[in-house]
Amino acid sequence: MQKFKELFIEKLILICGVASIFFVGLIFIFLLKEGLAVFKTTGPFDFLLGRKWYPISEPAQLGILPLIMGSLVVTLGAAIISVPIGVGCAIYIAEIAPLKLKEVLKAGIELLAAIPSVVLGFIGMVTLVPLIKSIFKLPTGLTALSGSIMLAFMAMPTIVSIAEDALYSVPKNYKEGALALGATKWQMIWRVMLPAASSGILAAIMLGIGRVIGETMAVMMITGNAAVMPGSILVPVRTLTATIAAEMGEAVVGSEHYFALFAIGIVLFVISFAINVTADLFLHKRE
Amino acid sequence: MKNPYGTQKIAFFFLLLATLLIVVPVGLIVVIIIQKGLPAISWQFLTDIPRQGMRAGGIFPAIIGTLYLVSGAVAFALPIGLLAAIYLSEYSKDTIINRIIRLAIVNLSGVPSVVYGLFGLALFVVFFKFGASILSGALTLGIMILPVIITTSREALESVPQSFREVSLSLGASKWQTIRHIVLPNAIPGILTGTILGLGRAAGETAPILFTVAAFYLPQLPKSVFDQVMALPYHLYVISTQVPNVDEKIRYGTAFVLLAIVLIMNLVAIVIRYKFRKRKKW
Repeated sequence: MQKFKELFIEKLILICGVASIFFVGLIFIFLLKEGLAVFKTTGPFDFLLGRKWYPISEPAQLGILPLIMGSLVVTLGAAIISVPIGVGCAIYIAEIAPLKLKEVLKAGIELLAAIPSVVLGFIGMVTLVPLIKSIFKLPTGLTALSGSIMLAFMAMPTIVSIAEDALYSVPKNYKEGALALGATKWQMIWRVMLPAASSGILAAIMLGIGRVIGETMAVMMITGNAAVMPGSILVPVRTLTATIAAEMGEAVVGSEHYFALFAIGIVLFVISFAINVTADLFLHKRE
Repeated sequence: MKNPYGTQKIAFFFLLLATLLIVVPVGLIVVIIIQKGLPAISWQFLTDIPRQGMRAGGIFPAIIGTLYLVSGAVAFALPIGLLAAIYLSEYSKDTIINRIIRLAIVNLSGVPSVVYGLFGLALFVVFFKFGASILSGALTLGIMILPVIITTSREALESVPQSFREVSLSLGASKWQTIRHIVLPNAIPGILTGTILGLGRAAGETAPILFTVAAFYLPQLPKSVFDQVMALPYHLYVISTQVPNVDEKIRYGTAFVLLAIVLIMNLVAIVIRYKFRKRKKW
């Protein structure tokens, strides 16, 4: 009896062990199942490179290029802001901050990571958006720039914590060797630590950017949601994620619009898959 | 030649600046929400239903909805996640399977939250015909927090020293008995930390529940798992973008309650981890 019970439990453990593979597969299959139907009416090229997104006009125009550009502009902006700040902060925490301050700073970063995106979006709406509007004298502060700034804050915790791990795992004797040769602390960081930790830092940046591309609520609340090709960073844009979130509520199940939104989901899934796999490769180069 | 200490001073100044650029806004965000949100909190705000098109009254149904969703998500994800973690730390030897599982976990945690929403819609709402319901929403959130629970539980299990297992096995205990009576009890604080972090994540997410459960306005409590509910994060989204002329106090109050729930959970997780580290006997 005891034997039988253990066998059962061990089988259950095995099943749960592979559950994550099962769920990733399930997600992909169901996205494909609902999303691929859009290509019956719109060719893959027209879908990816079409410049017009009018999903409810007759006939529907389902080109997601403006949405891809929207995501790209916002993500690029967020990366430009968050990468130097995030990596700088990681270096500061890993190498310069005294032990007590280090703990406080790490807690602060964890705090930022925990703030729900809808709360960040709300704060962005009431503080950042009016500020951008008045600084640049715009008709609306709901712009790609506002989105970039807010999203930078969502990318930073990821970048800081993974980059800090990477710096932390550089062998101690590298550091000591550099200092013993008479390098200043900064020379040691710049010439020894950063190159040694570079693959981990790269992974940190990629995962941070992955987080930005997938972010939905904050970006929907503060980028203005205009599905047109962005001409500058001071105009409203709409990202891939925000399109799904904003329009799925109205899309009829089984309609072309519904399929198109799932196809956008496939695009997002593939992007995040590529980013995560590559980042994982970089992270394990060290081992 | 340049003075290396001058360069170092400049460099360190910029590193400090970068750190401040993160920490100060975070502090500001929390302070603003507390300062403007706390005055809105009253017993009535927490226990009343929303009234006058959500422009007055309280947020009780949204709080309850979030509680249901979060408990449902954890009830689903904890057993699976814990067993998966046990598999990874105690059973799996095959490195290729191990690596694929790890990659799957990394990917699950990287999938955009709105894609989880799509997935939940396609699988639970449409395919299984659960409709927009607590069940669909909780399952979607459960799959989303699975990676958090697996990763932290696995770390907790792996940090139990190998010698504990060897002693137990040498006394004639079976593998499962060893796990059940030796490894698990020693890993509980770590598992708890992961679970609470998962709870916090589930409570704050909006995109996965958008199409699977969240009701725009539903001033009553759910009667079964097939009912829709309001949820705090979605409610905050609704009153800040979809409903015009909502009193600022209500918006900040809702943001405050949501932030407080999420941060308290994180704080509890940090405290457990900290205490555990101090008490650790090995």
